[in-house]
Amino acid sequence: MSAALEMTDVAADLGGRPVLRDVNLRVGAGELVALLGPNGAGKTTLLRAALGLVPLRQGRVSVAGSAPGYVPQRHEFTWDFPASVEDTVLSGLVRRIGLFRRPRAGHWEAVWDALDRVHLNELRKRPVGELSGGQRQRVLLARALVLSPPVLLLDEPFTGLDMPSQETLTALFADLARDRAVVMATHDLAAAAYTCDRLILLNRTVIADGPAAELRDPGAWMRTFDVGPGSHLLKLVGA
Amino acid sequence: MSPLQFLADLANPGLAFLPKALTIATLAAVMCGVVGCYVVLRGMAFIGDAVAHAVFPGLAIAFLFSGSLVVGGTVAGIVTALLVTVFAQNRRLKEDSVIGIFFVAAFALGIVVISRAPGYAGSLQQFLFGSITGIPDRDLYVVGGTTIAVLLAVFLLHKEFVAVTLDREMARALGLRVFWLDLVLYVLVTLAVVMAVQTIGNILVLALLVTPAATARLLTDRLPVMMVLAPLIGAGGATVGLYVSWSWDFPVGGTIVLTLTAAFLLAHVTAPRHGLLARLTA
Repeated sequence: MSAALEMTDVAADLGGRPVLRDVNLRVGAGELVALLGPNGAGKTTLLRAALGLVPLRQGRVSVAGSAPGYVPQRHEFTWDFPASVEDTVLSGLVRRIGLFRRPRAGHWEAVWDALDRVHLNELRKRPVGELSGGQRQRVLLARALVLSPPVLLLDEPFTGLDMPSQETLTALFADLARDRAVVMATHDLAAAAYTCDRLILLNRTVIADGPAAELRDPGAWMRTFDVGPGSHLLKLVGA
Repeated sequence: MSPLQFLADLANPGLAFLPKALTIATLAAVMCGVVGCYVVLRGMAFIGDAVAHAVFPGLAIAFLFSGSLVVGGTVAGIVTALLVTVFAQNRRLKEDSVIGIFFVAAFALGIVVISRAPGYAGSLQQFLFGSITGIPDRDLYVVGGTTIAVLLAVFLLHKEFVAVTLDREMARALGLRVFWLDLVLYVLVTLAVVMAVQTIGNILVLALLVTPAATARLLTDRLPVMMVLAPLIGAGGATVGLYVSWSWDFPVGGTIVLTLTAAFLLAHVTAPRHGLLARLTA
């Protein structure tokens, strides 16, 4: 299997504090992978390192395609901006359109295709501020998809969403992962174990990596989440 | 005074400073209105205030050495914008603290410099609160040329400014040069402010930057519409304000600001979708 995203011996600091050490992972096209770990484990830093936004202290990151698609946490986006859904998705093409140039027909077609993939085409003229949480997540997804990236990175896409929205998104992610690599940082352990092909347990470094069914060692979960043997977390994940 | 009389005064060769002041105030309001849309949407009104104050030492130095006020103000504003942009990259200090330090320092420098000038009190008041007299003809060309340059820059870089405002991280991940775009935006704010300083004054110019754009935001959810409305509101406010100030002998800067504030309050009550009336009757 050729890796769409590969990290080799990656170490990264944030504000002089070591966050990631000796991170090694490979994700291939067709895989939906969950990145699990407590707050401060370095999940977001790992995604940002894959995007080239965090300088690496050491190691190497290689990504298929020009750049990964990125869906940041929902609060990173300025939702009160007077932009429509299609304007927002178009902003993902700002580099491809080029400096001093205006979008052409082909760019709008890419926008509408991306909106089709996330089932938002009928809302494309609506101001983004008027969307529900689940719809907002799908707009950000469409913005990432508009460049057709072979790697898609999602940062806590389920936070604050109700069950139907989560299920719509999960189905979307599974569909998108058929022909690309999808890595999703999440706190929703049960959903991750149920829907993802593979789980990566991260706390500063990769503690365990494999399909949910193979991660039965309670020690790995205890070390990742810093919980004791009596924690209900272990029952939840069936370790 | 009737509007007709005002038009007659505008055409009166003995009052040549009046149409000049109107032209400059209107062009400055157009620039401030357009650039102000980004200022309002990015929540950087404080930066606008900072730049407005920071041009003061430049004006003072230009005044002292009888140089071009426009050039002096622009240089000082750009230097401050540059210092803020550079120092704000240090994550230990929040941007608003950095701005707080530099704009007061710049203003203080201006006060010290202008105290060396003869006729200190009168010129200080003119700088702070604006004046419609004493504008050289040369400034008309400078303001006209700057208006074209600012509008062209906004037209060319609009989608980049939007992308950075929507989501800085994403813009960075896409490979946009966020630092340079910030800097260009600050320079555009500076240019718009400097052009407005002479007529409206150093302290009140913030209103030209923020109020028309905020008013336009209340009236629409579409950015292109907002960016057309804001300069129209600004230019309308400048014209009406100058008329009222000329008729009743009010200070011009203050009158323009109060006119714009009235427009803002009116929009706040009557805006089609988000106004008080629309909400009460919904």
